[in-house]
Amino acid sequence: MGLWMSRLLSIFGEKEARILVLGLDNAGKTTILYRLQVGEVVSTIPTIGFNVETVTYKNIKFQVWDLGGQTSIRPYWRCYYPNTQAIIYVVDSSDTERIGTSREEFHAILEEEELKNALILVYANKQDLPGALDDAGVAEGLGLTGIKNRDWSIFKTSAIKGEGLFEGLDWLSNMIKTKR
Amino acid sequence: MAATAQDPSAPLRGPEKKDEDRDEDTEYSPFYGIEKGAVLQEARIFNDAHIDPRKCQQVITKLLYLLCQGETFSQKEATEVFFSVTKLFQNKDANLRRMVYLVVKDVCPASDEVIMITSSLMKDMNSKTDLYRSNAIRVLCSITDAQLLGQIERYLKQAVVDKSPVVASAVLVSALHLLSHNSEIVKRWTNEIQEAVQSKQPMVQFHAVALLHALRANDRLAVSKLVTSLTKGPVRSPLAQCLLVRYVAQVISESQAASGNDSRPFYDWLESCLRHKAEMVIFEAARAICNMAEVSARELTPAVTVLQLFLSSSKPVLRFAAVRTLNKVAMTHPMAVTNCNIDMENLISDQNRSIATLAITTLLKTGNESSVERLLKQIGNFMSDIADEFKIVVVEAIRSLCLKFPQKYRALMNFLSNVLREDGGFEYKKAIVDSILILIREIPDAKEPGLGHLCEFIEDCEFTYLSTQILHLLGVEGPKTKDPAKYIRFIYNRIILENATVRAAAVSSLARFGALVQELHPRILILLRRALHDNDDEVRDRATLYLQQLEGQAGGLDAVDVKWNIPAKNLEQGLKKYMENGFQKPFDLASVPVAVAASPAKERKAPGRTLAAPAPTQAPKKQDDHAALLKTLPQLAGLGPVFKSSAPAQLTEEETEYNIVVVKHVFASHVVFQFNCTNTVAEQVLENVSVAMDLAEAEDFEEEAVLPLASMAYGSVGQTYVVLARPEGSMALGKFVNILKFKVKEIDPSTGETEEEGYEDEYQLEDVEVTPADYIKPVAVANFRSVWEELDPESEMADDYGLGLRDSLQDAVEAVIGILGMQACEGSDAVPPNARSHTALLAGVIVGDVQVLVRLSFGIDVSRQVAMKMVVRSDGRDVSEAIHQIIQDA
Repeated sequence: MGLWMSRLLSIFGEKEARILVLGLDNAGKTTILYRLQVGEVVSTIPTIGFNVETVTYKNIKFQVWDLGGQTSIRPYWRCYYPNTQAIIYVVDSSDTERIGTSREEFHAILEEEELKNALILVYANKQDLPGALDDAGVAEGLGLTGIKNRDWSIFKTSAIKGEGLFEGLDWLSNMIKTKR
Repeated sequence: MAATAQDPSAPLRGPEKKDEDRDEDTEYSPFYGIEKGAVLQEARIFNDAHIDPRKCQQVITKLLYLLCQGETFSQKEATEVFFSVTKLFQNKDANLRRMVYLVVKDVCPASDEVIMITSSLMKDMNSKTDLYRSNAIRVLCSITDAQLLGQIERYLKQAVVDKSPVVASAVLVSALHLLSHNSEIVKRWTNEIQEAVQSKQPMVQFHAVALLHALRANDRLAVSKLVTSLTKGPVRSPLAQCLLVRYVAQVISESQAASGNDSRPFYDWLESCLRHKAEMVIFEAARAICNMAEVSARELTPAVTVLQLFLSSSKPVLRFAAVRTLNKVAMTHPMAVTNCNIDMENLISDQNRSIATLAITTLLKTGNESSVERLLKQIGNFMSDIADEFKIVVVEAIRSLCLKFPQKYRALMNFLSNVLREDGGFEYKKAIVDSILILIREIPDAKEPGLGHLCEFIEDCEFTYLSTQILHLLGVEGPKTKDPAKYIRFIYNRIILENATVRAAAVSSLARFGALVQELHPRILILLRRALHDNDDEVRDRATLYLQQLEGQAGGLDAVDVKWNIPAKNLEQGLKKYMENGFQKPFDLASVPVAVAASPAKERKAPGRTLAAPAPTQAPKKQDDHAALLKTLPQLAGLGPVFKSSAPAQLTEEETEYNIVVVKHVFASHVVFQFNCTNTVAEQVLENVSVAMDLAEAEDFEEEAVLPLASMAYGSVGQTYVVLARPEGSMALGKFVNILKFKVKEIDPSTGETEEEGYEDEYQLEDVEVTPADYIKPVAVANFRSVWEELDPESEMADDYGLGLRDSLQDAVEAVIGILGMQACEGSDAVPPNARSHTALLAGVIVGDVQVLVRLSFGIDVSRQVAMKMVVRSDGRDVSEAIHQIIQDA
């Protein structure tokens, strides 16, 4: 019923999309979520569980699920995979030490059967910090360039300054509109 | 997609259970036919991209219903449900959200999974909607651990004094739950909780009072202080007031033991609660007063007065509560309740049967002799209307009333026989029959009418069990009555009319009459002959056997009424052993250990035999077994029944060459010492083992026989006995020095052969003492007071003793009971905690079957010195004196 209804809606009104925001802990997922929703930087604590908010952008209603990135919570990400149109994968560009771990988690996500049609948007976050890798560096660190069979894109972002986030959403909304 | 297949407006009952020919008008429960598998399937709609709140609520309702019905979800199912439910947090529908909170609290997935909703709940906890906040607090507190609690404490503390009563109550109740694991955190909120007690919201005040008390529950002084301040304070909510009444009652019950003074603390406050606006507070206070320990009549009066008003209330629940409380009061203070009797009699016809039954039983307890008949008449009208279990309560009340007023047995017995004739289930009939049996036993005058009623009952009794029981009783009691002949007709009718089991019982019963009543003998023979043609084997067999016996064969008349004193347990064991051995020879009843007196045949044989050593048998482990062993000895059969056997006592150190354990058996005029000997040396065989007892310090005893043990091989246990005579019925005391005498024969370790020549040897054993307690057998007495009254007051002897320093009263009571070896009656061996004084009631039988009752009053002072007053009554003054002597010597 869900799919059928959403198609119906999309003809007459705004489109809807379900998006997961994933990434290691302390990557800035929750800050990004609220920057997108309320346009402000809110103080956050490590997310135990998830936050879910609706963000309307360019006539698309994004239902954004921000899942906690701590090791103990990562196993439960998969419970939220079904019916997902896009993944926003957030990387802390300044945390070069853990880029390898991030890469492993990222590739595990790519392997998921339930996510094989999902768009992949990578945010190379925390560009405001000194010593942060640029988008090319993050792309290489995650092994993005090797992906041939998926639609993906990477953006340099800084959630604190609000840079790059909406450029990413632009890409997403364009892709979603053309896909349907 | 499964959801599209169903009509979204379908009612909650499972549509798959739809039945073609179901009556359209029938009202089905909305939960009809809910089944786990289907509901779990339906729960998948939670995962849909577009959520239908109404449908989801229905599914959650079903899930909750299943959980409440005790259905359990496997770990996997719980996990699946839990995660799909978490997806509903995105929905803004308040009703759905409320259901989500409920279900996540109840479905309880694994603890590491449950943290997935933490962030969402913390967000809800700070939401603007009270409903979200209160529910989020409840769920969060129920899933949280100490670490997380620290993070959210700030919010919770603030919520205690929240303007919204829902939120404040939620956190107060959650705190009550948290107390068990995280009391430290809750204790930090005391100021806020104190503030919540002042709340104008009744519910918040109620929860705050409960929490304040729970925080102090372990500290008596603090509870007392809290109660003092609250009783002066602002508690207005009726519920909170009820709680307070209960706490006050608790403080009263505890303070009493400590002070014991006349003016009871808080009584005035409780009394003032009797004038409260709310009925529940009035009732709670009245109940608290009625339940006070050792409440005086003056204190009871105001409480009983308000309860009396409730008795004529229009609300059934008030009537029930009042009559139930009065029923309890009637057990201890029947006089205080008599004022209410008129109101209570009106309740006999109450529509609510529970109220009516309680009213009746209360009236039966408080009724005086003159009102018994009137009451019985009223009950008679009402008995047919109530269910069996209530009838049983009434029957039991009648029974105790009858025991209280034995003169009224005729009316009460008639009532019982009337109700016996009415329809009723087995339990009910059994209760009536049991009551009649007890009355027959307790009230001698009631025996003949009682038997008459029972005879009439078996004429038309559908319960085989009751019929056989009554027939047996008739067989035992009937022959002793003035006119035994009148029972014969009733019994013989059974042989003609009943099923085989009852017929067999009737045959046995008839035979008893034949054996015991000379003039009926020829007539019984005729009747029994008719039973010879019965179509049931058992009936024929019994008839044949009894005919033979009545005609003087097969054991003769005595054998009809067998004194069957073989303990059933022993017989069972004997038969089991026999079956294991495979039926090679016929079972010998004599091989079963029997009580000595029960076997006249053995007694006759005994003198003819020489004293031979008993065969060694397995080591007896329990006292019962020792006694059983004793009964196998023909040499001891002449001594009569064992009065008492002592507990086994070790006479050697553990791990010595020979292990000797003694058991003392007291007979009417003898004491038998049974020495259980074990040889622990592999290279020796002991022969002709006996114990020499030195009677120098026991002048009243005289050695009568020594039964040596012929041979004691390595590892086996054998017995040798010493029989000492003493003046019949006397309580001769003494101390014995014992020496084990035997002949040692070495075993050659290489060949295993025993050498021919042995040598005599001796072994010193520890002393054995015969104490007064050996002559006293603990015997329980059902009604201590009545037995006490029956005994001659002349025999009473009282004296005071100082028991010195003791750990507690309980300790002192146990010690005295141990010395006297008597039975504590009516649970009086248990001293209530914190008691400063205690009365213990002991009963026992002294050798020679002399009954002794002892009333012990203990008191303990601050320095733990215990004093005791002992009052003894018995069948003779010398016995009472002897009991005192025991304590003086101890």
